[in-house]
Amino acid sequence: MAKISFTPNIQRHIACPPSEAPGASLREVLDHVFAGNPAARSYVLDDQGALRKHMIIFIDGRAAADRTRLLDKVTAAISIFVFQALSGG
Amino acid sequence: MSDKLLISTRKGLFHVARRSAGWEIAHADFLGDNVSLTLSDPRDGRLYCALDHGHFGVKMHRSTASGWEETAAPAYPPKPEGLEENDMWGRPLAWSTARIWALEPGGRDEPGTLWCGTQPGGLFRSRDHGASWEIIGALWHHPLRAQWMGGGADLPALHSICVDPRDSKCISVAVSTGGVWFTADGGESWSQRGEGMRAEHVPPDKTHDPLSQDVHCLSQCRSAPERFWVQHHNGIFVSSDGARNFTEITQARPSAFGFPVAVHPRDPETAWFVPEIKDEKRIPAGGALMVTRTRDGGKSFEILTKGLPQTHAYDVVYRHALAIDAEGERLAFGSTTGGLWVSENQGDDWVCVTHTLPPVYAARFG
Repeated sequence: MAKISFTPNIQRHIACPPSEAPGASLREVLDHVFAGNPAARSYVLDDQGALRKHMIIFIDGRAAADRTRLLDKVTAAISIFVFQALSGG
Repeated sequence: MSDKLLISTRKGLFHVARRSAGWEIAHADFLGDNVSLTLSDPRDGRLYCALDHGHFGVKMHRSTASGWEETAAPAYPPKPEGLEENDMWGRPLAWSTARIWALEPGGRDEPGTLWCGTQPGGLFRSRDHGASWEIIGALWHHPLRAQWMGGGADLPALHSICVDPRDSKCISVAVSTGGVWFTADGGESWSQRGEGMRAEHVPPDKTHDPLSQDVHCLSQCRSAPERFWVQHHNGIFVSSDGARNFTEITQARPSAFGFPVAVHPRDPETAWFVPEIKDEKRIPAGGALMVTRTRDGGKSFEILTKGLPQTHAYDVVYRHALAIDAEGERLAFGSTTGGLWVSENQGDDWVCVTHTLPPVYAARFG
């Protein structure tokens, strides 16, 4: 199970508590998280399901490389952090 | 006459009310958030508010008996697998709502119907008070849509929506840049309109191409719906045949450049503008803020300055930031430098409500 956390900034708009989710890819983990919190999905992903332009996701300290399909591999016990990038601020 | 104003700004939605002592800010919603546009639906009084949360995307909220609630924002359909479509810069065009640029109620016979224009150019309709949205596919998939270009932004923006008061299925929209488009069947089919406009910023062979026109704002007279006014990137144009053909107005002074136009709801000959020097110098001429008014269909213009700052005023008024009330007596406008002015006599005199608002994107009575 991956551990996933969201930026405090997003909490002002939509509650995104830390959670754990299964999945072999970042896409699968996020799909699982948003299945339980559907309102949060559009805050992180755009209309096509890609990572929003000024969002960034770290997987064990490494920025996710596939921002469109989110196919970065995820292993059990990995930590995922969803942040806003300073580029958009 | 309306005693309420909704002022959408970079840092919140401000409710302005006319009290016995005059106009004042009553309260604010979404303080700190980027409010790009607000609609007060005259059919049921419900408010709709478009927010741009930057990192977190575009959101829509609507009023309820107990306050605001987030509702669906217009979202583009899945981009077909394998479709390669680039923007004018050669970058892949994202089928994703980048900003809400127009928000209008449907006709009186269509309760709950809303229209929404977006960047990168999609037009959406809701039939359920904004609970869900559908893209108008016939316009989005029109073969000429791919030739729309950004105007003041990287991507095209559908910013003006005029629902014909005689027939709710007849809708005219305008795109920056992409000209004027019309449907007579509620969005099932579309045709380009806007012959007669002239674009200075394109090669000579496209100067009079309706598709190349950078319409800044399109406004339809409610009592004479064949009459449309356009504030264009390089001029003012007027149509008397339902936006099929336009005539350039050359009498405007001190300039014909600006963003908004407001037309009197009962007098198609009367319209207001907020001029700036020109495209490459977007400030009021001489640092003197003014509104101009024509009462004769553009043959002559009055310069209205009473109550407006006349020295070192560098206010820019965006396309949705000039409002007129349903009776055509009261006007209001807000500026990029946070000024808000109201007139109760068609612009003859103005009162400054405040000059310390965040940058104003839109003003509306309601």
